[in-house]
Amino acid sequence: MATRAVITLPAAIKAGVAFEVRATVAHAMETGYRTSDAGARLPRDIVRRFECRLDGDIVFAADLFAAISANPYLAFWLRAAQSGELSFSWRGDNGFEHRETRPLTIA
Amino acid sequence: MRAASLLLLALALAANADERRSGRDTMSVALRALQADDVQHPAQLALALGREQWSAGAKSCASCHGEPDALRGAATRYPAWDRGQSSFLDLPGRIQRCRVRHQQQPAWAPEAEPLLALAALVAQQSRGLPLQPPRGPELDAAAKRGERLYTTRIGALNLSCAQCHDERAGLRLGGSLIPQGHVDDYPVYRLEWQSLGSLQRRLRGCLSGVRAKVWAWDSAELLALEVWLSRRSAGMAMQPPGVRP
Amino acid sequence: MKRREFIVAASVFAALPEAQASDEAMRAAIRAWAGGEPPPGLLKIDIAELVENGNAVPVRVAAHEPVAGLALFTPLNPEPEVVHVTLGAASARPEFSTRMRLARSQRIVAVAQTADGRCWQAGVDVIVTLAACVEP
Repeated sequence: MATRAVITLPAAIKAGVAFEVRATVAHAMETGYRTSDAGARLPRDIVRRFECRLDGDIVFAADLFAAISANPYLAFWLRAAQSGELSFSWRGDNGFEHRETRPLTIA
Repeated sequence: MRAASLLLLALALAANADERRSGRDTMSVALRALQADDVQHPAQLALALGREQWSAGAKSCASCHGEPDALRGAATRYPAWDRGQSSFLDLPGRIQRCRVRHQQQPAWAPEAEPLLALAALVAQQSRGLPLQPPRGPELDAAAKRGERLYTTRIGALNLSCAQCHDERAGLRLGGSLIPQGHVDDYPVYRLEWQSLGSLQRRLRGCLSGVRAKVWAWDSAELLALEVWLSRRSAGMAMQPPGVRP
Repeated sequence: MKRREFIVAASVFAALPEAQASDEAMRAAIRAWAGGEPPPGLLKIDIAELVENGNAVPVRVAAHEPVAGLALFTPLNPEPEVVHVTLGAASARPEFSTRMRLARSQRIVAVAQTADGRCWQAGVDVIVTLAACVEP
């Protein structure tokens, strides 16, 4: 099973203190403006939506467009009062879908 | 007397100062930061794939080598001469040789994703170490051939590597700064490729850039050039995987 | 990931005549997201002034007060939208970072929107140098 996403969280998270989340998913983000050597246009194929949820509630979401680089990288800051579960989901063209979860452990 | 001789020594050292500059140091601050931050590094997915690949299968890399860091220093000693097969091997070539001979798996296509991922993982273990390409009669001969290729004008643009990367390094070609062309950070994530790539890929790109015949993967010419280039960069600290524009 | 056999243009946005956004297209996209024409306001846009390759340009957008949404737009990429971000209640800072594609030198625009519907925008000029040595 090939690694399809990398998520970085700090090792120690304190209650109520801001911490940075960084998430990258493997995806070529084909813009739809490139052509193959045969001259055919390579169709658009991008990730469209990213959501990060804390215990089910959206804490950060992004609608992505073709101007986001390959292997879309997003970084944002969260704050939590108690431990829980972070879930990450990506959805895109041609049925692309990927999910990850990480425990959120308050030190 | 002692002060005078120390001063002379300092002057002598300054006169022989290493004028080599890694492509890292001539990049923009933003790209240098991308390469230096493991979390933001564009090759982090490939490295994660490399770690998976390392432990995959019955005869995994791990089954012989243990942890990846057991190979610290290995990447500094390429290209090498494989006496048994009478051929030169760069790092991806060495990994392919392992795959075929010891893992009994078919060789990957050039620049295959798992191959580059493993090359990035293995090379990364030598981060900070100086390049120490090996010597020997075959390698010495290849280095001479490589140096000759490096200084020969080729292609419709009639340019030699040396004309850009020795004589005009630091000047601009279009909007881009011409680097010295050192091989300290391979494999590199080249933004132009939007992926990791090997030194051979970069060399083939240069060849087509000057409208020259593009030598085949693992050709004698490309390997000779790699041997020469590793000696040209010998002693410089590696920081693979690199990021380049 | 892209296959090796495909020869691709040096830039991901090969210059195709019909694929060119414009100031007007960008303003329309901003209006669509913000619900109106946002007045100029304070936003921090961290991005290199001079970019060596437009395929992956790190960018950070930060407001100075809590916001519900942040968005990025370009006037001279083939399309004006880059990303629309929604910040939930657990957001600790009104900011995000990403890596974007820039087809050419232009002034990128960030827009913020608060929970009570206030909007404002700010822009920053970025120069993109193009690769001199084009490889297949």
